[in-house]
Amino acid sequence: MARSKVMKVLTENPVWRSVFRHKMPSDDRNRVLVVLSNVFLHLHPTKVRKSGVRLSYTWCMGGLTFFIFLVESVTGILLMFYYRPTAEFAFEDIQALGAHVPLGIMRELHRWGAHAMVITVWLHMFRVFLTGSYKPPREFNWNVGVILLVLTLLLSFTGYLLPWDQLAMWAVTVGTNMARATPFLGNEGPGAALLAIGDTPLVHAGSDVRFALLGGRFVAAGALLRFYVLHCIAIPLAAAVLMAVHFWRVRKDGGISGPL
Amino acid sequence: METFKEIVNFLTNPKILLILSVVMFAAGLIFIRFFTKPIVAIAGAAASVVFFGLSMTDENFMLIVAKADNVPIVMMVVLVGFFTWLGMRRAVINDQLMEAGQETMERRETKQKVFVWPDLVYIEFLAIILCTVGLIIWSILLDAPLEEPANPTRTPNPSKAPWYFLGLQEMLVYYDPWIAGVLLPGLIIVGLMAVPYFDPNPKGNGYYTWKERKFAITTFLFGFLILWVTLIFIGTFLRGPNWNFFGLFERWDVAKLEALVNVDLSEYFWVIWLDGGRPTNPLLRELPGLIVTAGYLFLLPPILAKTVFRKFYAEMGPIRFNVMIFLFLMMASLPIKMALRWMFNLKYLVAFPEYFFNI
Repeated sequence: MARSKVMKVLTENPVWRSVFRHKMPSDDRNRVLVVLSNVFLHLHPTKVRKSGVRLSYTWCMGGLTFFIFLVESVTGILLMFYYRPTAEFAFEDIQALGAHVPLGIMRELHRWGAHAMVITVWLHMFRVFLTGSYKPPREFNWNVGVILLVLTLLLSFTGYLLPWDQLAMWAVTVGTNMARATPFLGNEGPGAALLAIGDTPLVHAGSDVRFALLGGRFVAAGALLRFYVLHCIAIPLAAAVLMAVHFWRVRKDGGISGPL
Repeated sequence: METFKEIVNFLTNPKILLILSVVMFAAGLIFIRFFTKPIVAIAGAAASVVFFGLSMTDENFMLIVAKADNVPIVMMVVLVGFFTWLGMRRAVINDQLMEAGQETMERRETKQKVFVWPDLVYIEFLAIILCTVGLIIWSILLDAPLEEPANPTRTPNPSKAPWYFLGLQEMLVYYDPWIAGVLLPGLIIVGLMAVPYFDPNPKGNGYYTWKERKFAITTFLFGFLILWVTLIFIGTFLRGPNWNFFGLFERWDVAKLEALVNVDLSEYFWVIWLDGGRPTNPLLRELPGLIVTAGYLFLLPPILAKTVFRKFYAEMGPIRFNVMIFLFLMMASLPIKMALRWMFNLKYLVAFPEYFFNI
């Protein structure tokens, strides 16, 4: 009886009632209301197919990907407090972060979370493929998902440069060297030599797509700043917008997939 | 122990490893009922654990596997293996149910509806907690790597891309950067996005099945398990200094030399087969390679449309079929190019180095 008394004091007052507009979700009506009246929970319908909550069916990988994205956002914001994206300070700041923040695991959480997100997003796609969930009416949402997968890889890749150590610089050098070979747009790409006015080439090491990506001919201060902005603002924003579309379309296309 | 290591080193030669994985892949799908039995999976998992445990005693293996950024690759391999098994097991059970005239597991539960609160919310809640705990333990046990400060004048050997791009980096061995680094990644994305529009099969929507979608699942699994995950494994564990190949337990010796004996098709054709000199006109020089490439890309699709893929052609019509078959052939070109390299040391089919255009 003590428990129900505590609950009574806790819930039967104007403050509680101003936040929660329903009673305890102990009957069907309030189980529906708890989902409908909560902005976060209303991402869900109020009822779902039983097959759709079966863990061996969904693997929960899409949900985990979204959760890890949130983890990355929170830890990423905390890391931004300590980090200056310049060739002069970047490495020192990361070093100082390890040395001066007691029990700090934010960078670890952020890095391992990033790796985990790449894995969960692959597995999510894998599950969606194996269950044929890209088939009508979900074709468009599969497309949004593919773009989100690419954005996840790009997020991870741009973040890889930020510690500004040897690992970062050379992994990104190897990765961005590919852009040199872009047909027509890279200075070592097929067809680039054709784009010339007289003897003056239009596409050279100082004007090609790799230069645009790095803000210079090499992975240097310009690249660090560009990757930082892409990593912290541009790609997360794009991903957030597409995630909204993705989740909304899951609902509009009939919820978690199941046999028609 | 030494013999064991030598055998493993031999088996992890990329040629043998890839052939082995293709054979295992085929066996897995042909004997799918056997491999999806729980007891077989447990035996396989136990064998892998024993193998991994024994390997940990090897210092060269430890050096790679204990690198902080390589830990997720081990996790990825384990998870991909488990979920492939799980998905295929459910597919086999569903196929058996359907053969017996019964409903699939999913259909049986699809008419029942459950409340999101609490049935779904508590699963999400548990998943979030487990994931958080896992990440925190991982973060406490393992520090994020931080090497020496970036130094543009000191190139590490080997220089590796982040692990999820190592499959692409491995493709660089067989293809020029414009194909391995730009064209094929682009086509992977386009190909994945196009999947729903290619698959004319209305069956298998919203439930696991193997029998009803053999072609789609085989193609996807081949791309994902062999051409993506296995190549990442090779790029991480078997590629050392100078991007030379090293066995799983081999020491990464910077001084290891590998003879470069690769030959272009034009040399094969004009010099070795015709016993003459290579023509000076580049177009004439590369004619054999151009014919082979054009034949592969333009002659093969209509032949396939009339033969093995007749049914697809009828279902999809000319445009969809040709786009699908182009992407399919581009995907198939990677293992073909790898095989040509290993068997004939073939470097390029077509080589116009003066225009950076090599195939």
